[in-house]
Amino acid sequence: MENVLDVKNLGISFGGLRAVNDFSVSIKKEQLYGLIGPNGAGKTTIFNLLTGVYKPDSGKIILDGTDVTGKSTIDINKAGIARTFQNIRLFSQLSVLDNVKVGLHNNHSYSTVESIFRLPRFHKVEKEMNEIAMELLEVFGLKEDANVQAQNLPYGQQRKLEIARALATKPKLLLLDEPAAGMNPNETEELMEMIRFVRDHFHMTILLIEHDMKLVSGICEQLTVLNFGEVLAQGDTSTVLNDPQVIKAYLGE
Amino acid sequence: MSFISYLINGLGLGSVYAIIALGYTMVYGIAKMLNFAHGDVIMIGAYVALLSMTHAGMPVLPAVLISVVACTVLGLLIERVAYKPLRNASSSLAVLITAIGVSYLLQNIALLMFGANAQTFPSVVKWKGLSLAGGKLTISGETLVTIIVCIIIMIALILFVQKTKPGQAMRAVSEDRGAALLMGINVNGTIALTFAIGSGLAAIAGVLLCSAYPSLTPYTGAMPGIKAFVAAVFGGIGSIPGAFIGGILLGIIEIFGKAYISSQMADAIVFAVLIVVLLVKPTGLLGKKIQEKV
Repeated sequence: MENVLDVKNLGISFGGLRAVNDFSVSIKKEQLYGLIGPNGAGKTTIFNLLTGVYKPDSGKIILDGTDVTGKSTIDINKAGIARTFQNIRLFSQLSVLDNVKVGLHNNHSYSTVESIFRLPRFHKVEKEMNEIAMELLEVFGLKEDANVQAQNLPYGQQRKLEIARALATKPKLLLLDEPAAGMNPNETEELMEMIRFVRDHFHMTILLIEHDMKLVSGICEQLTVLNFGEVLAQGDTSTVLNDPQVIKAYLGE
Repeated sequence: MSFISYLINGLGLGSVYAIIALGYTMVYGIAKMLNFAHGDVIMIGAYVALLSMTHAGMPVLPAVLISVVACTVLGLLIERVAYKPLRNASSSLAVLITAIGVSYLLQNIALLMFGANAQTFPSVVKWKGLSLAGGKLTISGETLVTIIVCIIIMIALILFVQKTKPGQAMRAVSEDRGAALLMGINVNGTIALTFAIGSGLAAIAGVLLCSAYPSLTPYTGAMPGIKAFVAAVFGGIGSIPGAFIGGILLGIIEIFGKAYISSQMADAIVFAVLIVVLLVKPTGLLGKKIQEKV
């Protein structure tokens, strides 16, 4: 099967610090791929490179056969990479429904003029967007909360809403930044189910950063371990997790 | 009777402040910057309307329309040339100082083009107004039109921001610009749209202001601009209903101050009220309280 994401020799420095060096990875369609490593290893920096928040000094990012290296955040989003955040960044004052609709903006358009004069297209597109957004909310069990302000949702639901909002942008690749952060074991269990479901139901390719080893070993098919900005190990989850080098990086000598 | 007539005059003046304050508050809410040149856009708008009416001999409505278009373009131009390059500057002071610079630039361009002499602005409202209670209470047409226009603008803006996709994008950008960008929102376009709307409103405010107080100089916009800023802060900067309420209250306070205390002290009273409000409620009347979670 073809690769959705091909990253080749990616690197970036901040001043004298080489935050990511020579990072390469290939992710196949509908794969669940994990990116792990100790704090400060450069995991979130890689997400920021993949989404265009940072521009790489070296290397290439190929998404579904298209080179997106150095493109702007908005173009990369259009090309098909969406993400969630380590610390939830919902539009907290907007309703749950509006949060998802914001994610739909890229693919649904009417002009400002059309919206001011309420031309037929305005109503048509608004109706479409509402339908798609409600469908997504239903899938995530958030339909009843559609009109609740996002900040009033329980924590676990906010995580779900963030994933729904990211999916609304119709990505080819979904990046999840520590989805289990702050969750108890039960919630993590539920989250694992949901990530698998998202992959199967939306035929999604998912790259996730996680510290929770239970989640990583439970759902990730392949792993890359990062340490001090460099790839320490890469391959099948079970092989990688038993690698003495990886154990050393995590637990010390 | 005089109390009611002062109150209505206050509402009229307050409506102009409210329209100007809407521009301030929207730009602050979405671009997180204080556009101190906003008051001078009003002045330019008034000059454009004046020239369209007197030199080109146009009827009122097309003249106002041209003024709105001119100010919208001017607002977009200022944003593109002066503010956008500084959006990611390390200090937010850079863009603030630039805004002050743009303000003086506009004043001096107007000074060069139109001279320092005050020009008489013909009223855009031909209606004589209402005479009530056997002629004891008269309300001028300008005042009534100003109040009505302000209410229409206010309702239209709230609907636009709450119910449409560009409005939704505005709210998203105002909350978290980074996250909005990563969700595929055109942040630059959204900010430009905000400037366009604010500046278009400024043109309307300019025409209404000069109809009520028919003397136009290159400095006409400066003081109402500052007062509208006060109104926006008073109501809670970033909040659209806040700008409306702040503007109306400020207009009423100013007219009552002029009528009952001292016409020379009116401005001082306005600013004193601001200080008191900020001491009691630092976020303004409708401002959002920012809760720090620990």
